[in-house]
Amino acid sequence: MTQTTPDAPVRRQRAQVKVRTLRTDRWWVVPLLTFLALSAFLIYGFWAIFDDSIFVDPYIAPFSSPCLAEATCPEGARLFGWAPIGDWYTLPGGLLILGLPGGFRFTCYYYRKSYYRSFWLSPPACAVQEPHGKYTGESRFPLIIQNIHRYFFYAAIVVGLILAYDAVLALVHKPAGVGTWVLIANAVLINAYTLSCHSCRHITAGRLNHFSRHPLRYKAWTFVSKLNAKHQQLAWASMFSVMGADLYVRLVAKGIIAFPFA
Amino acid sequence: MSYKAKFKVWRGEGGEGRLEDFTVEVNEGEVVLDIIHRLQATQAPDLAVRWNCKAGKCGSCSMEINGKPRLGCMTRMSTFAEDETITVTPMRTFPVIKDLVTDVSFNYQKAREIPSFTPPADVRPGEYRMQQVDVERSQEFRKCIECFMCNNVCHVIRDHEENKAAFAGPRYLMRIAELDMHPYDVADRKEAAQQEHGLGYCNITKCCTEVCPEHIKITDNALIPMKERVVDRRYDPLVWLGNKIFKRSK
Repeated sequence: MTQTTPDAPVRRQRAQVKVRTLRTDRWWVVPLLTFLALSAFLIYGFWAIFDDSIFVDPYIAPFSSPCLAEATCPEGARLFGWAPIGDWYTLPGGLLILGLPGGFRFTCYYYRKSYYRSFWLSPPACAVQEPHGKYTGESRFPLIIQNIHRYFFYAAIVVGLILAYDAVLALVHKPAGVGTWVLIANAVLINAYTLSCHSCRHITAGRLNHFSRHPLRYKAWTFVSKLNAKHQQLAWASMFSVMGADLYVRLVAKGIIAFPFA
Repeated sequence: MSYKAKFKVWRGEGGEGRLEDFTVEVNEGEVVLDIIHRLQATQAPDLAVRWNCKAGKCGSCSMEINGKPRLGCMTRMSTFAEDETITVTPMRTFPVIKDLVTDVSFNYQKAREIPSFTPPADVRPGEYRMQQVDVERSQEFRKCIECFMCNNVCHVIRDHEENKAAFAGPRYLMRIAELDMHPYDVADRKEAAQQEHGLGYCNITKCCTEVCPEHIKITDNALIPMKERVVDRRYDPLVWLGNKIFKRSK
C-alpha cells in the first residue's frame, strides 16, 4: 500500500492531474450569474442609500424603512410619527439602518456559500480547484466574525416586522394601489426568508437534544425546518422583491410611474 | 441497443500516471462500473478498481467521472451522449494505490480520533429511554455508506493538503454532530469540533451535500447546526449568561 513518508510528499502521491478540473459541464454559469446578481444588488443598494425619493404617501421605500432621522424623513414616513435621531444628522437615512439587514444577508449561511463561490472562488464550483495557495476558512479572523449571524437575525426580525407594518399601513390607506401589493409581497418574502434562517432553526429548538420534552418548540422547529429547506430560494426571492419594491416606490415618488392605481 | 463509447481512464501507481484512451462497447442499461469491468475483461486486465455491491450501498466504487465525484455503480451510461468522451479518474484528495484505487486510510484515522458514544456514568445499558423524535436527526446521518466522496470533494483538503491534519472533513464532522445531538451523549463535542476537528475551516459551500449518494443534507442538517452549537458555547455571551442563570448544561 502507498504510504506517506518524508521522502515521498503526500501531494505527489495523489493522481497528478494537470488541469484545474475535468468537469465537462458549464460549471462556471452559476457562479457567474450569482456574481452578477449580487453585484447588481450591491450597486442598487449603494445608489438607494443616496437617493432621497424615499416616500410617497402611503408608501415608504423598504431600503429606507424605518426612517429614523428628523432631517431626512418626510413627516408621513416616520415610524409611529417618531424620528428618534435629531436634525443634527443630515447624512442619508439609509446609512443608519441598512447595516442590519445587510449584515444579516452578509453573514447568512446561504449567502456565504454564494459569495465564497462566486466572489472568492473558494471554490468556484464543486471539484474545481480554487486559485488560493492557503486556506483557513472561518477558523480565524476575519471570517470567524461570521459567527455573529444570530445577532443580525434578531435585528432582521425587527426590520421584517417594520416592513410588514409599512405594508399594512399602505393597505389601510390605499388598498387598491399596486404599490400596496408590491409592499405586501415583499414583506411576506422578507419575513419568510428571515424565519427560514439557520440561526432561527437553531434557536427555536435545534440546540435541544430532547425534542420530546419540548413539544411546542419541536413544532416550531419542524415548521422552521420546512422553511429552511427553501432558504436559498427565499434568499433570492426576497432579495429581488426588496430591490423591486424599493425601486417601485422611488419611481412612484419621482413621478416616473404615474398611472391611476400606482 | 449497443454502441462504442470513448473512455479516458487514469492508469498509474502512486500518483504518477496518465489518462489512457479506450473505445469500449456499451449496452443498454449499463453503468460506468460495468464499462470499467468490460475494460478489465477485454483490454486492460490489470486495471485496478475497488468495488463490491454494485447497488450503491457499499460505497466502494467512488471515483471521478467527467471530473465529478460519483459512484461508478450508480452512474448510468444513458446520462452521457453517445459521442461524448468519458473521463474516469481516482478520487483526487487521496493518494493513489493503483489506477482507480485510492488509499482512503485518512478517513479511518479521522474516525479513530473521535471519542465514541459517551453515556452518563449513572445510566447503564438497557436504561436508555428516548423517543423517536429525539433520535430522528441523528438517524439521517446513519445512512452514510462511507464512500468518502464528501471528504474527497471538500476543497478544504482537496485543494490544501496541509489542512488534512487539522480538518476531519464533512464525514466526521457529521459524526460529531450525530453524537452531539444524541440525547444520552455527555462528551463535550462542541469544543472538540472547533478546536480539534477543524469545524471552523468549513465555509459551507455545500459540495459535500451535492455529491452525497445517500442525499444526506450534510451541510444544512449537520455542519451548520454544529456551527450554531459551537456559537452557543464559544461566541454568544447571551447564551453563556442564560446557561449560568438557569444552570443549563446542554
